[in-house]
Order: sequence, then C-alpha cells, then structure tokens
Amino acid sequence: MEDMKKKLVVIGNGMTPGRTLERIFETNPAAYDVTIFNAEPRVNYDRIMLSPLLSGEKTYEEIIIHGDGWYIDRDIMLYKGFKVDRIDRRSRIVYSGDEECAEYDKLLIATGSNPIIIPVPGHVKEGVVTYRDYDDVEAMLWAAQRGEHAVVIGGGLLGLEAAAGLAMQGMQVTVVHLMPTLMERQLDPAAGHLLQKAVEDRGISVLTEANTKEILGGPSVEGVLLDDGTELPADLVVMAVGIRPSVSVGEAAGLEINRGIVVDNRMRTSDPNILAVGECAEFEGDVYGLVAPLYQMANVAADTLLGDRTGKPFEKQVLATQLKVTGIDLYSAGDFETSENREEIVLRDARRSIYRRLVIEEDKLVGTVLYGDTANNSWYLQLIRDGENISDFRDTMMFGPGYGEGQSADVAVASLADEVEICGCNGVCKGAIVNAINEHELSTIDEVRTYTKASSSCGTCTGLVEQLLTLTLGEDYKPTAADAVCGCTDLGHDDVRKLIEVQRLQTIPDVMQSLHWKSSEGCAKCRPALNYYLLSTWPGIYEDDQQSRFINERVHANIQKDGTYSVVPRMWGGVTSADELRAIADVVEKFEIPTVKLTGGQRIDMLGVRKEDLPAVWSDLGDAGLVSGHAYGKALRTVKTCVGSEWCRFGTQDSTGLGIRIEKFMWSCWTPAKVKMAVSGCPRNCAEATCKDVGVVCVDSGYEIHIGGGSGLTVRQTELLCKVATEDEVMEFVAAVVQLYRLQGHYLERMYKWLARVGIESIKEAIVDDDERRKELYDGFVHSQSFSQHNPWAERVNGVDAHEFKPLAELDLVEVV
Amino acid sequence: MTTDEWRLIGTVEDIPRSGARRIRIGEVDVGVFRTANDDVFALEDVCPHLGGPLSEGIVHGNEVTCPLHNMVIDLATGLSVEPTPKCVRSCLVRLEGEKVYLSKPDLRDLISQPIR
Ligand code: SRM
Ligand SMILES: Cc1cc2nc3c(=O)[nH]c(=O)nc-3n(C[C@H](O)[C@H](O)[C@H](O)COP(=O)(O)OP(=O)(O)OC[C@H]3O[C@@H](n4cnc5c(N)ncnc54)[C@H](O)[C@@H]3O)c2cc1C
Ligand code: SF4
Ligand code: FES
Repeated sequence: MEDMKKKLVVIGNGMTPGRTLERIFETNPAAYDVTIFNAEPRVNYDRIMLSPLLSGEKTYEEIIIHGDGWYIDRDIMLYKGFKVDRIDRRSRIVYSGDEECAEYDKLLIATGSNPIIIPVPGHVKEGVVTYRDYDDVEAMLWAAQRGEHAVVIGGGLLGLEAAAGLAMQGMQVTVVHLMPTLMERQLDPAAGHLLQKAVEDRGISVLTEANTKEILGGPSVEGVLLDDGTELPADLVVMAVGIRPSVSVGEAAGLEINRGIVVDNRMRTSDPNILAVGECAEFEGDVYGLVAPLYQMANVAADTLLGDRTGKPFEKQVLATQLKVTGIDLYSAGDFETSENREEIVLRDARRSIYRRLVIEEDKLVGTVLYGDTANNSWYLQLIRDGENISDFRDTMMFGPGYGEGQSADVAVASLADEVEICGCNGVCKGAIVNAINEHELSTIDEVRTYTKASSSCGTCTGLVEQLLTLTLGEDYKPTAADAVCGCTDLGHDDVRKLIEVQRLQTIPDVMQSLHWKSSEGCAKCRPALNYYLLSTWPGIYEDDQQSRFINERVHANIQKDGTYSVVPRMWGGVTSADELRAIADVVEKFEIPTVKLTGGQRIDMLGVRKEDLPAVWSDLGDAGLVSGHAYGKALRTVKTCVGSEWCRFGTQDSTGLGIRIEKFMWSCWTPAKVKMAVSGCPRNCAEATCKDVGVVCVDSGYEIHIGGGSGLTVRQTELLCKVATEDEVMEFVAAVVQLYRLQGHYLERMYKWLARVGIESIKEAIVDDDERRKELYDGFVHSQSFSQHNPWAERVNGVDAHEFKPLAELDLVEVV
Repeated sequence: MTTDEWRLIGTVEDIPRSGARRIRIGEVDVGVFRTANDDVFALEDVCPHLGGPLSEGIVHGNEVTCPLHNMVIDLATGLSVEPTPKCVRSCLVRLEGEKVYLSKPDLRDLISQPIR
C-alpha cells in the first residue's frame, strides 16, 4: 500500500544527494516517498561545470543532472528555493519558514558548504560576489557585460578558474593572492611561477603577497585597496578564498558537530534517523570538498537507507584534483606536503613548461603534482592508493609506466591495471569501462557515459576514455576523426563554432592560431567551413574570404565538367513574364549558349556559358531585372509554389504570393548547406512542400510549417513544426527556424541532418514555445540580411573580382615558339 | 638562361593571395598560383583526374584542391597528393621584384603536346 512507504526528506539538492537518490531509485524504487528542500531555486546541476558555464564553453541546459521530468517521474516533491531552518527531532518534522514543513522517517542532510567572505570594509557592496552557485555565475556574467575590470581575491583552484572564465568573457582581470606564489599548497615556488606565467599569458594580471584592505566605492564596488596602498579599479570583486561546511541546521537540532556534521562510516549522524553526506559531513576528522569522495558517501548513504549492510563502508579517501582551465594542465593527488621523513623527486623542464613532483614516504608514493603533462595521472593515483612498494622502479617512475616502450599516451593507458581508476568523479576503473565497451558493444564516448557514468561529471578524463575506446576497438574507433572538421584539427564542428563565439575569433588565421590548427593554412574542407562559421557568427563584422570559397560561390555560377558555367536567374516563386523570357532568349542567342533547360526548381538554366562571358550575360539579364538564383550556393535556392487560391479550385490561400514573399525576404542569405522551400495551396501539395527543407502547406484555417525534408541523396519527409494563422507569422517562424539552423548547423549539413541531430523537440522549444527566443532569432536573421542581401551578379558587372573573369595574359603563340 | 628565355606575364599583385589566375596560349591554359607566402607556381591548368581547371580550386599551403572532384595537387612538384600520384606538367617561374616570368622552353613543351 502506498501509505506504508517510508518518508525520506532531503535538505539540500546538490550533487551528493542527487547520487544517493539515483542509487535508491535504481535499487528499490518503492522504498521511499521523497521530499527535497533546496535553498537554491533549481534542480540538481553539475556544480563542477560552473567554470565552463562562466567561460561560455557550456550552457546551463548542458550542465543539468536531473531535469524537472526526473523528479516528476519518481513522484519526488522538490521544493525549489525553500531553505530549511529548523528540524524538530522529536516529532520528526522539518520546517522551511512558516510556509512549508514535512514529516520524515529518515532525514538526509546535504547542505554543502558556504563560501568564506573576508569581512574587510566594503564587503557588502553590490558587485562583491563569491563563487559557489549558479546565481554567482549569473552575477559575474551580468557584471562582465557592463563592466570592464574584475578583481579575483584568492589564487587557488576556484579563483583561477573564475579569473580565466571572466577573461574569456572579455574582462580585464587581476588575481590578488596573499601568498608569494599561486597554489602554494600544491606547487613549489618554481612551478608556481610556471603557472603564473601561463595565467598571465591569458591576459590576466597576478599580484602575489597582496592583502586586501578595503573594497572601495559607493553602493556598488568601484575598486580594491591593498595593504601596500595599491588601488585596483573593479566593477566586480570575486572572493574565492575558501569554504566552510554549512552546519547551522544540524547544529540547531543538537547533532554532534565538529568542523562538519560528524558521521560514522555508514553516514549516520549522532541521531540514527538522520544521515549527512557531502561537504557538510565530517568523517574521522576530515571534510571533503571534491565529488569523488562525496559520491562514495552518497553510495554508502543509499545502502544505509535501503538497509543494505553488504556494501563497503566509507573509508578515508586519497584525493585528486585537476584545474579546469582550457589549455592549462595541472593535477595533484594524495598528500604532497613536505616533511622530514619524506623525499621528493622533481622533474622540471621550463622550456616545455613541464613540472612533475613525486612525494615518497617509506618507499611508497604518497602524493604527486603534475603540471604541463598530466598523461600518467591515473597510474600515479593508483600507486598512491595501493601503497605499492616502488623501490624497484623508483629511478624511472618519473617517466611513467610505459618507460622504455616509447612514451605515447596510448602506451600509458595500455599498461594500466584493470583496477586503476579512470574517472575520479564517479569512481569508474579501467576494467569496468573496457568490460562495458565489450559487453554492450559501445563505440562512442556518449555510450560509455550512459553505461558507466565515466567522463560524465567534470570531463577531464574524456581523453583517457577515448584512448580506452581506441585500445579496445582498435581501428574501428576513430576518436576524433569521426566528428572532427577535417584532418587539420581534432575539434568537431560544434567545438569550433562555440570557441569562435566565446573567444571572439574573427578571422580564419585567428581561428587556426588560437585553436592550434595542425596545418598552416587549412585545407579545402575546413576553410569554407570556417568562412561560413565566421560569416554567420559575426554578420557585418567578418569580411567574407573569397579564397576560402568553392569556385561556384566565388564566381556565382555553377562550374560544368568542361570548365564552362551555367547561369540560373531567380524566378520568384516560379513565376515569370514575357519580358524576363525575352531577355533570356536574347542572351542565349547573343552568347551562343548551347543548352537552355527547365530545372527541377521551377526556373530556367542556361548551360555552357564561357567564363569570360559571365559578366556580360549577367549585365543583360540584370537589365531585365533578373538577379542571381544562387543555384551554386550554400544558400536559399528556390521557393517552389503552386497556383493556389488565385486560380486553383481547391486553393485555400495565396500560395504563389506567399512563396514570392518568402523568397524576396530570404534570398541571398548564406546557410550551412543549401536550403530549398516550397508553398502548397492545399494538402494536395502540388509544390511538394513536404520533401523540402522548409515547406508551407496552406489550409483553410492557416498555414502548416514543415521542416527537414529532402528528396536527393536520401528521401525524407518533413516533420511538422507548427501551425500558424497569418502570413506574417509564417515569415517570422520560417526566418527564425532558418536562423537557428544557420547558427547550429554544421557546414554542409542539410537541414534534415541537423534536425535528426538536435531533434524536433529542441527546435520546437526554441521556435514555438519560446516567443522571446523566436523574436531574437528572427531579429538576428533580419540583421544578417541587412549585410548580405544584394545581387552578387550586379556587383560583378560593376567590376568586383574582375580578375576572376579574364585571363591574366593571352600569349601569342608565335612569340613563345 | 638569357632573358629572352623568360616571358613576362604580369605582377604578383595581379594574382590574388592564396588564389590563381589563368594565362592562355592558343588552346592551352596555364594556371599561375600564388600562395599565402607569396610564392608563385605555374602548372598546366588540367587536372590529371578528369581535366578539371586547377586554377579554379582552393589554394592552401603549397597545394591546390581541384574544384571538380577534390584531387589535391602539390604546386611545387605538380604531383597529386596520394599513394600513387598522378602528374600535372609544370612550368618554371622566375620572380624579379614584383614581376612574374614564365620559362619559355617549358611553355613550348606544354603547347607542343596539348592534353586537351
Ligand atoms: C539544375 C538542376 C537539375 C535540373 O536540371 O533540374 C540541379 C543540378 C545540380 N544539382 Fe541538384 N539540381 C537541381 C535540382 C535538384 C533537386 C530538385 C529540387 O530542388 O526540387 C534535388 C532534390 C531535392 C533536394 O535537394 O532535397 C537536387 C538534389 C541534389 C543533390 C542532393 C542533395 C542532398 O543533400 O540530398 C546534390 C548534391 C549535393 O548538393 O551535394 C545536387 C547537386 C547538383 C549539382 C550542383 C551538382 C554539382 O555539384 O555540380 C548540379 C549542378 C548543375 C548546374 O551546374 O546547374 N542536387 N537537385 C536543378 C536546379 C534547381 C534550381 O533551380 O536551383
Ligand atoms: C566553481 C566550482 C568548481 C568546482 N570544481 C570541482 C572539480 O573540478 N572537481 C571536484 O571534484 N569538485 C569541484 N568542485 C566542488 C564540488 O562541486 C562540490 O564538492 C560538490 O558539488 C559538493 O556537493 P554537496 O552535495 O555536498 O553540496 P552542494 O552541491 O553545495 O549542494 C548544497 C545545496 O544545499 C542547499 N542548501 C544549503 N543549506 C540549505 C538549507 N538549510 N535548506 C535547504 N537547502 C540548503 C544549497 O543551496 C545547495 O544547493 C567545484 C566547486 C565549485 C563551486
Ligand atoms: S542528378 Fe543532379 S548531380 Fe546528378 S547528373 Fe543530374 S544534375 Fe548532375
Ligand atoms: S577533375 Fe580534378 S578531381 Fe576530378
């Protein structure tokens, strides 16, 4: 019976309890009725990913762990934005203010930590933030849009990640650090300097031995005053100086508290009905601030709540952490403090910016710090965990496990034992990943994530997992080649697009330089792609690079097998006139054009035009008002129409007029691949609208908009996007969906492939459900058209790119011979 | 070689950087390519695959990709970039300041055995 289910109440909805609940629902979905109170007004998201969110490398949607649906499917009551302030242990009720309360049989406290705020004068001013949750990132992004200068107080992991993110958002950032070198706990001074230089190379200033005295300004922050009298301008101050376990609710309830809420190895507090997990829990004197040990706690707590005593109890953990700043590799694990009975082996290569430190105690590795090259980190971590005697290979261990067999990363991974942990966050070892790949025939990173959770949290082990895929599948796995833009880079199309945007790359050489292209000038695959991405990301700013376009787009005509060209003028909506036909006939005669043909797109193609005649042909056509049909372009091609209500006895709307209106509005825009459209006047669909990239089918009550059809290499029927009532709405929805495709499509990816990749639901969400987003996309399209809507033929008639159409020289045979 | 063994065809500036122009001698076309580093090369403008006009291709590094079916040709050697390369005939280029000269003996070779 439903009522017999026990009640579990959870305080805090961070990553740790999220994992506990996952395990409970996977093991015994009927065990508990769950209620969650979360002070943050949102679902469970990946806090680790706040730095990529800040830098713009990820979006909020991408870092959500459990969306609303997850809670609904499990009948979980999630109070978003409700802070628990009281626990009544005798009646077993928790209270959030006077408004809400919930009874529990078992209570799980997972309140995390609070960031420390140094109480210097001015610390309450607007613009002083900490770095802990989504609201902090929002505040930083807001400040980055309006202000110029940011000061980050604290040069540890969090501070440096915040600084790097803010710099990528275009702010002038200064890091103020109390100690003489950065990350002094992990790095010795020399390595600290290497790191400082790498940080400074990103345009970030670093002040060490600097103590903040006061935060200056009126109601909002304007600057930071240091002890030595230095004044730094600041529109934003980020305090990243440490965290403190959040214990106040537990404390008020009389639970045993030390630094954190004290728990036993089954995660029970001093009240057996109350458990605590996460950063607020203290075990044998330690509190933990990294997800790997916290997920261990999460699993143990789930076992305890399910009454399962067979699982492993919680033990002290060896910690490992990694700095998540793209391009700076820094890793530390174990205990790397120096002391008398410890020895160190250090390797330093300043020119290659490599630093490695191994800390050894009684012939065992107890800690390591790796900077610059972190490829062997798993091996070292495993040595620390196993407490293996290292005296046999002490001399060579600095060079990794594969020493003597060549030093590639693959070798390093191949030589790892099965128990070696690959994904620190989720505690997944090599053997488990390899087994999953074999057993379930996995072949992509995403599948490995789904089956094993490896690489699904902070993502820094993605490279290792890819190597395991290569190792297991051999030739069959093409780690990056599969979706890399081309052989000149390992980055995929989405990565490149995103990085162009967030790093504000605005020329092709910029992109190749900043993203470490492997070839100096790219190739015939990536250059046109980059040209398109820059054009669609920076309309009006980026200057189209003609030399990165295929010949057809460069000369605005289609090259034929014999090197001549074909010319296809626009016939708006497939409608023509005597004047246009006469002009075409005249041109055909005058230039002796061998073939005139009706195309499959309701217009006329003149084939076999000599290249040097092109400008003159265009000039004559232009005189009759004919413009380029872009039959050669990754651009809007045709808008086919049928006769519609003007003539047809079944026509419900003016399909011809609407087709013409759409074509006149949208022609001449560049797109990832060609775009073909059609408008049919009724569901008999004589314009074949349901196999076009965008098709409109008119009905009595309005217009159906269909997208993602094709009838070339693959025949695909469109999917219905939505139905609208007026022509004006058709214009808005169609332009918005094309703009979304322009921004998301991979170069040469037809709309139907894009749709298959992103899913119709995500397109509907943006275009149909979200009026604001649709308007924004529509405006984006209009803005871009203001720069691109002109007739390229007329420009060339007037002399643009004249060199394309005539030979450099015509040499006299006699003279040469 | 004496100066009358070289034929002036234009200046480097006449050719777009990372691009090409074509010169025509009777029935024969020669593509003159300029790389991003301002090196200039000349090849018969006929792709060894199915005769595509190489001067219409995309120039990248010291290579050009044929516009018809994407065969990649090394401008310096005239060889296609593949395990068993095919060859395009080439013509020596001399640069004197901005001026571009082509070797007359090479041009003579090209027109004495036209491919198309
Ligand atoms: C001229 C035309 C054939 C005709 O005589 O009717 C034509 C000619 C070519 N088509 Fe097409 N297609 C023509 C209508 C079509 C249609 C029918 C239509 O648009 O209603 C289709 C199927 C519809 C579709 O696209 O879904 C069509 C599907 C293709 C495809 C396959 C595209 C795909 O993603 O499935 C290619 C190859 C490609 O783009 O990679 C292609 C490629 C070509 C190219 C550009 C081949 C090339 O790369 O050189 C041909 C250029 C000839 C030239 O120089 O003019 N053509 N092609 C038609 C021009 C229409 C126009 O007015 O612009
Ligand atoms: C920017 C950043 C980068 C990080 N990078 C890494 C990394 O690379 N690797 C790594 O391992 N770790 C990293 N961490 C640390 C990691 O995110 C945390 O250790 C982990 O998220 C802690 O989980 P938790 O469940 O204990 O608490 P939290 O995730 O902090 O969740 C606590 C939740 O409880 C809520 N709450 C608090 N009090 C109450 C109350 N009284 N009533 C109701 N709700 C309450 C809070 O609002 C909060 O949402 C990073 C952290 C940050 C901020
Ligand atoms: S179907 Fe299209 S691509 Fe194929 S030969 Fe005909 S025109 Fe050319
Ligand atoms: S003709 Fe050059 S690749 Fe086919």
